[in-house]
Amino acid sequence: MAYTSIIDWITGVYSQHGWADPIQANPYYPFGDAYNLPYDLGMKLWNIIGGAIAWLLDLLFPGNDVSTWLVCDMTNNIFALVLFMVLVFAVVFVACLISLWEERKVLGRGMDRRGTMIGMWGFLQCVADGLKTFMKDNVFSKKVDGMTYWWTVALIIGTSVLIDCMVPLSPRWFVVNYDAGLLIIMGLYALAPFFILVSGWSQNNKYSLIGGIRAAEMMISYEVPLLIIIATAALLAGSLNIGDIVMAQTKHFWYVIPMFVGFVTFMICATAESERAPFDLAEAESELVEGWQTEYGGMKWGLVMLADYLRGACSCGIIVLLFFGGWNLPFMEWTYFLGDGIASFHQNFMWWFPAPELTFLLKAWLIFFVMIAIRLGTGRVRTDSILNLGWKVFMPLSILNLVIVLIFKLFIGGVF
Amino acid sequence: MTDEKKTQIPDAQAIAEGAEVTKEMVQEYTSQNMDMDKMWITMGPQHPFSHGLWTLKIQADGEIVTDADPIVGYLHRGWEKEAENRTYPKIIPMADRLCYASSMMYTHLYCMTCEKALGIEIPEKTKYIRVMADEINRLQSHLMWLAAVGTDLGNFTAFLWASREREFWMDMNVRLCGARMTTNYPRIGGVRNDVFDIDLDMNDEEKSRFMRDIVRCCDHFDKALWDIIALIDNNSTFISRMVGTGIITREQCANLGITGPAMRGTGVDFDVRRDDPYDGYDLVDFDVPVLSAGDSYARYMIRVEEMFQATRIIRQCVDKIRSLGRSAPYRLKVPSRIPAGKTYCRIEDCRGEAAMYLVSDGTDRPYRLKVRSAIFVNVSSSRDLLMGCRIADVPVIMAMIDMCLGETDR
Repeated sequence: MAYTSIIDWITGVYSQHGWADPIQANPYYPFGDAYNLPYDLGMKLWNIIGGAIAWLLDLLFPGNDVSTWLVCDMTNNIFALVLFMVLVFAVVFVACLISLWEERKVLGRGMDRRGTMIGMWGFLQCVADGLKTFMKDNVFSKKVDGMTYWWTVALIIGTSVLIDCMVPLSPRWFVVNYDAGLLIIMGLYALAPFFILVSGWSQNNKYSLIGGIRAAEMMISYEVPLLIIIATAALLAGSLNIGDIVMAQTKHFWYVIPMFVGFVTFMICATAESERAPFDLAEAESELVEGWQTEYGGMKWGLVMLADYLRGACSCGIIVLLFFGGWNLPFMEWTYFLGDGIASFHQNFMWWFPAPELTFLLKAWLIFFVMIAIRLGTGRVRTDSILNLGWKVFMPLSILNLVIVLIFKLFIGGVF
Repeated sequence: MTDEKKTQIPDAQAIAEGAEVTKEMVQEYTSQNMDMDKMWITMGPQHPFSHGLWTLKIQADGEIVTDADPIVGYLHRGWEKEAENRTYPKIIPMADRLCYASSMMYTHLYCMTCEKALGIEIPEKTKYIRVMADEINRLQSHLMWLAAVGTDLGNFTAFLWASREREFWMDMNVRLCGARMTTNYPRIGGVRNDVFDIDLDMNDEEKSRFMRDIVRCCDHFDKALWDIIALIDNNSTFISRMVGTGIITREQCANLGITGPAMRGTGVDFDVRRDDPYDGYDLVDFDVPVLSAGDSYARYMIRVEEMFQATRIIRQCVDKIRSLGRSAPYRLKVPSRIPAGKTYCRIEDCRGEAAMYLVSDGTDRPYRLKVRSAIFVNVSSSRDLLMGCRIADVPVIMAMIDMCLGETDR
């Protein structure tokens, strides 16, 4: 799929003018045949920074080895990888901040108040809050179990950041292009309940303990339907590779059409998985103060909240990838039914739309809007009802979804 | 394990005589005597669910509550004793501080008790003004309760919507008496000011814009309350938390002394306003909602219906006050000394039956002034309400009691 957009045009200039392709000519390039935009940008950035440093060094100490080393292929690749990581994380972080802002603003409007107010449209409120939590004292109880108290929170935040970085934004913006990409993400998701359980236990606080147990039991029960639905999507696409699933949707139709039951179930289970309302009983403030996060104050609390939003945003990303055609513009998939007209429509009229990455993020924010609306209008569900729902409603629904997809594949299988 | 085999720890006297207590003995004693299945959880006095300073200790077996123990008294300030050292008019602003949410009612109750002791009949217009002020106060209090229910059920939208509607009635309060919460409006023998003196229409002395705005507020509120009802009643996440939790029976109600919406939720058809009418309540027409389920949802429904009835009463009062006109008296001159005697007076507070018992000795100060607070009695029933429910239900059940610590601790 060729993207006709501004960034494509700019990056394409290299090959058009016969310049050396820095990626394909690079013997240490880590992504094989696939083009990786953040890596490329990192490489270009390092070419500028490292080149400037090397030039300066060469000016001061003519003929030294360090300036030669700074611009050799191996060094270029190492620093390009570092900058690649910074870029990927920065984009994920900003996307998460935007969803945070979206939530607070939409919640505010829904509740008949203004929401965040600092900066343009209240966007800088996140920054102000970050600074505030950063400057808070590091207060913790003397009786916490030090080792587990510190490490579990670091691991919860770490895995959440890792999950988000593992979600590809487009065919050219990814960390690994692995055949079991979805499984890696679900595996990372499944780690959190253990950390939360141990963290709740380590705080020497009854509220934390109950909150930790509740969170763990809820997340474990809701992972089962999630995995079944992911398996169903993989069955439709014939692959667990995220890129392949999106490509299959581009060829035929968005998977929300055959898997509508699955989409609704997935949406609810993902809400529970990222501990959002109405399944936020781990931090049910009316009875358990702040649940398993009770003893985490200051920046620790800020990071845990950020991790929650990272997981929420990531859930929306996975929903977009599985059900709404990922990074492709809408109606792209109609090519199959309507011929090339639609494709040429996109090429002729949608070229101004800058990047598939932005398409993906916009879709994810739209899905997040639905999650916010759910939070606006629902109360907190009780623990036993949540477990009942998970095992007795969503589990059968996910299996029903599998059956529907199987029938689809058997009888209307022509398009597959 | 029999008692003989249990480890005994030497008592204080034995320790003083030289008996040794080792760590192992204490550990053994603890393991033998502790019920390890059950855990006491202390909620309060600083806890998000307790609206005010009080503690609820619950014993939990897993998620099931097996015992509960409410502890009040953090806000005790010797109200009744303080009242004995003040002249009768000076107790009026103190009565405001009994309950921040229903200050008008307690001041009304106090003034009514004094009038009964004096044996005077207040003017008719004052009766309607007091009833109107009471119902405005009831709306404020119930809306604050509705807001608190929203947060206790985990939804902030209901909180803010209810608070928004409450602001209209707060504004009416400000125009009526100059204050939002502690109103200081009723007086012994009348009220502080006539409603016709507020926001006079420049063209017509008989017309008060305040009265017009009260009716507008009623019109707006009757519609706006449906928004909040639609948010809560059409939503199974709210309903499932309320239906079938915190059930009490008629008999338990009678034994525990529960009054107010909680009592009417169990099928007891009794309301002081209707069955023992005071001031203008026998002159206005209203319904008393009664449900027989006895659960949290019944209490919720009754309070919501009481809000609709409150606007109905306010409208009637406004009509009656308008027909009586500006020239009707609104306050009597009363003597500063109350003759010796004992007086008991009760009203239907937002939370139940509030009463005052005045023992006067012929001076200008009360000999004794006893306050019966509805919440103090209702919260004592929390053990019966909470037994067998889940920890997650505790805030919801307690929210339906509508805690107010000012009158509980006095």
